[in-house]
Amino acid sequence: MAMTTMTSRSSRKQKRAVVILAGLAILGIAAGLVLYALRDTIVFFYTPSEIAEKNVVPGQRFRLGGLVEAGSVVKGEGMTVRFAVTDMIKTITVEYKGQLPDLFREGQGVVTEGKLDASGNFVADTVLAKHDETYMPKDVADRLKEKGVWKEGKGAGS
Amino acid sequence: MIAETGHFALILALVTALAQCFVPLYGAHRGDRALMSVAGPAALAQFSLIVIAFFSLMHAYVTSDFSLANVWQNSHSAKPLLYKISGVWGNHEGSMVLWVLILALFGAGVALFGGNLPLELKSRVLAVQGSIGVAFLLFILFTSNPFLRLDPVPIEGNGLNPLLQDPALAFHPPFLYAGYVGLSVSFSFAIAALIDGKVDAAWARWVRPWTLAAWMFLTIGIAMGSWWAYYELGWGGFWFWDPVENASFMPWLVAAALLHSAVVVEKRNALKIWTILLAILAFSLSLVGAFLVRSGVLTSVHAFAVDPARGVFILLILCVFIGGALALFAWRAPVLKAGGLFTPMSREGGLVMNNLLLCTACASVFIGTLYPLALETLTGEKISVGPPYFNLTFGLIMLPLLLLVPVGPLLTWKRAQAWPVIQRLWAAALGTLAVVILLLVVLHRGPWLTPFGVGLGLWLVLGALVELSERIALFRTPWAMSWSRLKGLPRSALGMTLAHAGVGLAIIGIFAVTTWREEHIVAMKPGDKLTVGGYEVTYIGEAPMTGPNYTGDAGRFRVMSGNREVAVLASEKRRFRPGNQETTEVGLLQAWSGDLYAVMGDRMNDGARAIRIYFNPLISLIWIGTFVMFLGGFVSLTDRRFRVGAPKTARKLHAVPAE
Repeated sequence: MAMTTMTSRSSRKQKRAVVILAGLAILGIAAGLVLYALRDTIVFFYTPSEIAEKNVVPGQRFRLGGLVEAGSVVKGEGMTVRFAVTDMIKTITVEYKGQLPDLFREGQGVVTEGKLDASGNFVADTVLAKHDETYMPKDVADRLKEKGVWKEGKGAGS
Repeated sequence: MIAETGHFALILALVTALAQCFVPLYGAHRGDRALMSVAGPAALAQFSLIVIAFFSLMHAYVTSDFSLANVWQNSHSAKPLLYKISGVWGNHEGSMVLWVLILALFGAGVALFGGNLPLELKSRVLAVQGSIGVAFLLFILFTSNPFLRLDPVPIEGNGLNPLLQDPALAFHPPFLYAGYVGLSVSFSFAIAALIDGKVDAAWARWVRPWTLAAWMFLTIGIAMGSWWAYYELGWGGFWFWDPVENASFMPWLVAAALLHSAVVVEKRNALKIWTILLAILAFSLSLVGAFLVRSGVLTSVHAFAVDPARGVFILLILCVFIGGALALFAWRAPVLKAGGLFTPMSREGGLVMNNLLLCTACASVFIGTLYPLALETLTGEKISVGPPYFNLTFGLIMLPLLLLVPVGPLLTWKRAQAWPVIQRLWAAALGTLAVVILLLVVLHRGPWLTPFGVGLGLWLVLGALVELSERIALFRTPWAMSWSRLKGLPRSALGMTLAHAGVGLAIIGIFAVTTWREEHIVAMKPGDKLTVGGYEVTYIGEAPMTGPNYTGDAGRFRVMSGNREVAVLASEKRRFRPGNQETTEVGLLQAWSGDLYAVMGDRMNDGARAIRIYFNPLISLIWIGTFVMFLGGFVSLTDRRFRVGAPKTARKLHAVPAE
């Protein structure tokens, strides 16, 4: 009698240990994956003046945010388009091949993702302008507020 | 006057909710049946009052009563009726009223259909449900009152964001909320069980249908949102790993885990403590989702108004409920007795594996969603975590889970042998392998990984079919026998088969569309031709057009397959009054092989139009798959044992499960 309780207790422990070990193994692998992915796949966000400050090298992928400078949009051959993104301190030229979103307008906020080329232009493969006409990407608004060039009311909701 | 009635009804609902929370709780503590019985009627009264408030607000929207600030901000008299109605929840205040309405609806559901629950459990469940109602009613009345008047009364309203004027989006929030809030019932059951100190098979049987219903609504809600993003945003994608999408996906994952672990509690009386924790976590993630979306820490189409006061209030609700629940859990969980034994290689072991992987996958989404917020708060550094992160982490964690899905249901309880499982699955494995090899040989397009992805989905579908044919002994007995076995199958078994097959279908669609899609961005003049996905598409030209509250340009495309005209697609660029916001309407041709998707872009300098044309192969399988999952949930919900839970036969009226 005592024997059976002993075995059942130890087997209960064993079985529980197996489950716990399997769980820890999965969690460990997952944690490793997450750390690896966080190091390799995240994208930093910069404004034009920060590109100079942070010494961003050509070929590094990042997001560029700011205002589309008024009068700077030039449509080129085929589907290419060039425009300037500014944070009122520095300005950088963006080249983009593709279709601009519905809400892309001169004088409004924009976030683009891509890389710098050798000549210091930003080659974007993604242009994000968000869903609301009064919407200013939050990152841009924050940065513009920091730089003191934010005009209150411009980006405020109705 | 009607608006004031609505406002007053909300205040009365708060008072009722307070009563629903405290009186039964005290009654259950004292063992006073009279006090406990207050819970049911209070839940019904609270629901009726919120119905009054909700329809008062809807009345204001339908009659375009711009004396209400909320209506003025979010509606317009020229808007079609459907969007006047959906405009009620197309803004922060109104959507919160919808939230408490659904919350109260679930409470009323427990009161009505919980006839066979022990009175103590029922009163505690309703009390917890009432406390959630109190929190959100306070939130509405203090920070988000939709019934505030304007003076002077404006003549015209500001209109609803045109992107939200879409049939799929009109019904997306109600379904999603039904899912989020439905999990509150599982939460309430978990808290009540912790107070009770008792979790048994009956408890699991009661909590399962509610979790199932919530999970079904979440499934449909997420699918609708995804369909909207695909069709209305005009970017051609269906999932962007946007924080707001993740906010709805995390509770879905945990609810799926909860569904599976509740089975173990019901059948084997094991995993009780874990199941309670999952029930708490599922609703906690719903609350986190609500916080992320509503507090303005994230900017998106869902963040209606950025108001720090609201964020702080929701954060407070979050802390009280999640913190309180977890503290109660830590205190009371040791009281629950551990249940049956099982070896790792068993049905229970399989379900534990399912839970581990689903929860880990959810954790990876959670980290990816919140890491940028945390990093910005701590260091000020701004980053974005995008699809590459999620594809890598979430994808790799889900892979073993999906591979194991067909295996799980074939394992026996307590202790399983590997050989019988392999014997049964060889046909499915062989079929999958054959298709993968065929795809590798025939198709040279796209990455080599894709055929394996499609094979993974197929493995799930075939695995589900094998499992079903095993149950009904197909090919081993005469057809009539198999047919009668099929009819005799428990509905929950049939539902599981359907849901697993639905996951497989969706996975086939996801892999096919993300890697085999054809994308063309071209400048086209009228008469220009393009070959996409086996179709020849001709740009016919464009014409100006007007709608009820917009003007625009409609471009037309003739689609030929061989020498046969298949369709003429229209894609529109609409400019909405007021605000001049532009939206794009997609021209869509849906076929089994895939969708042809045409979008008008900007006018070019030389008179041409920028046009985007995609061919999205097999994308319909994503929506079909999610619908099959939903169907599986529904079939499972009609299972007999949810109705005949207690020895006492339920009355006829109670025989219908909650819809």
